[in-house]
Amino acid sequence: MRATAAEGPAGTAATPAPADVLVRIEDVTKRFGSFTAVSGVSLDIRRGEIFGLLGGSGCGKTTLLRMLAGFEEPSAGRILLDGQDMAGVPPYARPIHMMFQSYALFPHMTVERNIGYGLKHERMTEAQRRDRVREMLDLVQLAPFAGRKPHQISGGQRQRVALARALARQPKLLLLDEPLAALDKKLREATQFELMNIQARTGVTFVVVTHDQDEAMTLSDRIAVMDKGRVMQVGSPTEIYEYPTSRFTAGFIGMATFFEGRVQGVDGPSLRIDLPETGTVIEARAAAGLAAGQAVTVALRPEKIAISRDRPAAANAVEGTVQDLGYFGKDSLYRIRLATGKLVLVHAVNARRTGADGRVADWEDRVWLSFDPEAAIVLAE
Amino acid sequence: MTPPPSASPASPATATTPAAARPAAAAGAGWFDRRGWRDVIIAAPYLWLVVFFLVPFLIVIAMSFATRTPTAPPFGFGGENPILNLQGYRRLFTDDLYIRAFLTSLLNAAVATLLCLLVGYPMALALTRVSPSRRNILLMLVVLPFWTSFLLRVYAWMGLMGTNSWFNRLLTDIWNFLVPADMALRYVPMMNTNFAVVLVMVYTYLPFMILPLYASLERLDPTLDEAAMDLGSRPAQVFRDITLPQSVPGIIAGGLLVFIPAAGELVIPTLVGNAGQPMIGRVIADEFASARDWPMASTVAVALLFLMVFPMMAYTHFQARSEERRKDAP
Repeated sequence: MRATAAEGPAGTAATPAPADVLVRIEDVTKRFGSFTAVSGVSLDIRRGEIFGLLGGSGCGKTTLLRMLAGFEEPSAGRILLDGQDMAGVPPYARPIHMMFQSYALFPHMTVERNIGYGLKHERMTEAQRRDRVREMLDLVQLAPFAGRKPHQISGGQRQRVALARALARQPKLLLLDEPLAALDKKLREATQFELMNIQARTGVTFVVVTHDQDEAMTLSDRIAVMDKGRVMQVGSPTEIYEYPTSRFTAGFIGMATFFEGRVQGVDGPSLRIDLPETGTVIEARAAAGLAAGQAVTVALRPEKIAISRDRPAAANAVEGTVQDLGYFGKDSLYRIRLATGKLVLVHAVNARRTGADGRVADWEDRVWLSFDPEAAIVLAE
Repeated sequence: MTPPPSASPASPATATTPAAARPAAAAGAGWFDRRGWRDVIIAAPYLWLVVFFLVPFLIVIAMSFATRTPTAPPFGFGGENPILNLQGYRRLFTDDLYIRAFLTSLLNAAVATLLCLLVGYPMALALTRVSPSRRNILLMLVVLPFWTSFLLRVYAWMGLMGTNSWFNRLLTDIWNFLVPADMALRYVPMMNTNFAVVLVMVYTYLPFMILPLYASLERLDPTLDEAAMDLGSRPAQVFRDITLPQSVPGIIAGGLLVFIPAAGELVIPTLVGNAGQPMIGRVIADEFASARDWPMASTVAVALLFLMVFPMMAYTHFQARSEERRKDAP
């Protein structure tokens, strides 16, 4: 699938100046036997950003991270750090440190010795080393636990020890493999912001691998969405969400309902698209040139669709019945069955306590769905 | 069965009368319930230890205080000698035969343990690094020698080390090739030396070193090695900082499993050892069988046991501590 939906917000598409690029991944492929884990990936990671690698399990994100760390060598392609080819540079010689998913804290060492472990490879005096460890302990607020062993502290504290240990040598690049996966939900949210805060204070470039789209969206300045060893799309969280370029990205990030259709007419940026599954012709916008007669997929985000009892005066409106509804208090998720049998996901904020007739919409109610031309994501087949 | 003292007759709702309690117990499992079974099962190994270890050991201790007599069995109490004859223990510290035997045993066992560690550690480490299918084959090879009679394997070594074996001639030729002519040998003197004892003990006890080492190394998390390497350590430093310290329990376990039986070894020093420098096991056997001095043999046996108790206690202490540590971990 090729991107034809509107380009992202102006300016973001421009390639960064070379000085801004810390890591350049050039057409990297990694094969394990006959299995290709990473296939032709090219990415630029900019200095000082939090870069998210997002994808399901087995999509190659961890393999890519391990190639950056030096634990795996690419089968083809190059990885450049600050313009220097990393091929053949062993993990211990790379100014790249990693925070492991399991944290991999040394169980026989205290928190203090864990954090200071990498520093013995630095040319510094014992006093400087102590100061640096102290500084790291303060950064992650673990000074009172300096003398404890890893099994004597909580999961959240262990995560912070792992972070401090990886940051102690002031790496150029910090790799975080599922940094929050081992924490419970509440701690995860607090830690997310702490991670961002620490990144901002240290200025170290972070590459965060995650399978959790919320985590990637909150943490990252830019995200690469991966599937089956390929990068499907790179962009800011907003670009990825609002302007997905493929059906995979649109479906993987957030929810969407997909319709198969055909372009009926083009009038500048305005399109008329025949969607047989809705039984109507809709109006949509797309920047790239689409010709009449071309097959397209239209994706609609549930929250971009309005739900009402009466026919609204909107460009695109279609009638259906409520098949299912999930009430979450502050909002509800509806599944609306159209006359054609197609099910559409609609998300509505319950801004008022009741509708005009005392209720909003209930099972088997007949309702109207409407959306703006701008809301439809048009993907060329 | 009596009602609990807190239950007063005035409050029938809480009072447990004997009549009410008895059917409930009977419905459980009668006179022999689950607790009874549990006690029997727990008691079984203790009973075994009491009958086959504690009682014989008490007999040996008693015998060590007895006096040698020309009767059968060749010891007795009382008579012209006091009931507690400390003669044996006095001889233990004055007769340098025993002191030398103890020192020879400890030295041979220590050298054998150290060599087992040096040979076994790389093997155990290699076992953890190969693919699972090959690992099983290699593990089987480690224990394979046990499928042959131990005595047969010692005899095989005797054949190899003997002056006329191809093995000895090969070593002789290599030696003669490397050294000047005036140091040439007709054969390498291996049999009946402490070298032979240590060599055969290393061969025999190596699996006892490899298996506990493998068990402790196999438990280590390989991502810790990666983390250390990621933080700047070369492979040798990773081994020194991460692998070695974490395998100390395995080293201690393997060391004791080799050292304790090696120190009391009888067969190997008898067959390949130097008769002039007997090990303590040989001394005990000779006192019992040839000298028919059962009290002295018992004395030496008791002394050996106490000598071995200390490393064993250290081991138990260490294990209890690491067990505690594991329990601490959530």
